[in-house]
Amino acid sequence: MAKSQQQAYDEFIKGVWRENPVFVQVLGMCPMLAVTNSAINGIAMGLATFFVLVCSSFFVSLLKSFIPKQVRISCFIIIIATFVTVVDYTLLALVPKVHKELGAFIPLIVANCLILGRQEAFASKNTIPMAMLDAVGMASGFLLALVSLGGIREILGEGKLLGFSLFGPNFEPWVIMILPPGGFITLGLMLLFFNWVEERKKKLDAQLAAAEGGAD
Amino acid sequence: MTQKDPKLLIQPGPQLRQEMTTPVVMRDVWYALTPATLAGIWFFGLGAFLVLLASIAGAVLVEWFFSPQEKRRYFLGDGSAILTGWLLGLTLPPALPMWMAFIGGAVAIGLGKTIWGGLGGNLFNPALVGRAFLLATFPIAMTTWTAPGDFFSIPSSVFALPLMQGEVDALTQASPLGLMKFAHKETGFFDLLFGNTSGSLGETSGLLLILGGVYLWWRRDLDWRIPVGILAAAMVFSSILFLIDPDKYPGPIFSALSGGMLLGAIYMATDPVTSPLTPKGTWIFAIGIGLLVILIRVFGGFPEGMMYAILLMNAVTPLIDRYTQPRVFGRGLDSK
Repeated sequence: MAKSQQQAYDEFIKGVWRENPVFVQVLGMCPMLAVTNSAINGIAMGLATFFVLVCSSFFVSLLKSFIPKQVRISCFIIIIATFVTVVDYTLLALVPKVHKELGAFIPLIVANCLILGRQEAFASKNTIPMAMLDAVGMASGFLLALVSLGGIREILGEGKLLGFSLFGPNFEPWVIMILPPGGFITLGLMLLFFNWVEERKKKLDAQLAAAEGGAD
Repeated sequence: MTQKDPKLLIQPGPQLRQEMTTPVVMRDVWYALTPATLAGIWFFGLGAFLVLLASIAGAVLVEWFFSPQEKRRYFLGDGSAILTGWLLGLTLPPALPMWMAFIGGAVAIGLGKTIWGGLGGNLFNPALVGRAFLLATFPIAMTTWTAPGDFFSIPSSVFALPLMQGEVDALTQASPLGLMKFAHKETGFFDLLFGNTSGSLGETSGLLLILGGVYLWWRRDLDWRIPVGILAAAMVFSSILFLIDPDKYPGPIFSALSGGMLLGAIYMATDPVTSPLTPKGTWIFAIGIGLLVILIRVFGGFPEGMMYAILLMNAVTPLIDRYTQPRVFGRGLDSK
């Protein structure tokens, strides 16, 4: 029991940190760079992707024995597209302003390689609970990345976070941050940071292993 | 730290001693820049000096931060980070808040140099990368030019708190290029030559910039083809335009002396890392910059185009190098 719990926890946490879809796998870059000029857009995009990924993982995992191998990609896409349509109309009905901001990038969730990648690599080969855990973990990682990138760009680009002014009226906005180059620069620096942490961890592990080896 | 396998093996003599090392070249450029810098500080006051220091500090600190542990002992390194910060500082408006100049220096080294693998690996001129970033990030502060004024009065915008706007209380005045483009007013020849005009910190005194260039050429630190090619191309192109319609387009002398033309042509385009290797390629590079500058100045939206012209030609430098490789001797016509 404890072992399977550990495994379940692993499947969940790998998406958030160790195999983070954005910072480690570098997937889903198109919405990542396009809509993250503010934290609220990042949250909206992240939640939309969250819903689509979890629902389609559930159905792909449920139907995996009925899907012929030759046409599996088309089947995944149809399942994904169904939920994207649901998200599209829900956002249009509930928050038209956010829907307008995200624009073409909501229909484009269909083509988000993160979602299709999880169906192909995980959901179509695993049981429903595992697929759900994996989807929730990956989607949380994606949401986390979108919110942090959107937050940084909004703080520097407009002096606000979620619409609240942080620095008062005298703030000098960093115009580049809300433009596309700001997205690339910020994402690049965040990737740099993640790789640096990873390198450091590896180095420390190697040192630790060497020290233990020496003690034996 | 001791090395297990030595990287450098020294054979018994005779050995060739190289006089021209990186620190020597960097120091030569410092000396060459000093007169024009002092003139800029003299015209724009102590505030300009503080802006320059902030830009150098940003560059040096980031260079130190990204250096490997064992290299951090040499805090100032080979002097190239100081030079990058210095050159960037010379292209900044004299009343820019210090924190912006600091960020510019940091970006120049961080995004312009270290992520490409350090000195020698960068595709674009680091100082101009810093300036392009600043211009895109703070467009208003980067185009607020103050008139030359009292030496001891420092504009309060220089001391703006980090992330805050600076209030420009000094007398603002459009730069000669801005006056030309938006008001069709030509600045006098002698003002351009001696630097008593508004503009970037170190670009105004044409005579001293040329003097520094001559020193660098005498010390063999600079390829004379680049500044000569840039200035000749720009002057020929603007002469043609001037002959077509003298009321609308500036003359060749004004084009050559105004804005960042001299600073860019002598000190930035000649960066050995980002300019072509062969003489033929160098000419293509220089003429390309000269034409692009006039094109941007006359037909583009900005009054000044030196920065973008150099960055664009930096981008095609690898291509130029590939197509101007000399033929290998004795291996037929088709050998490259």
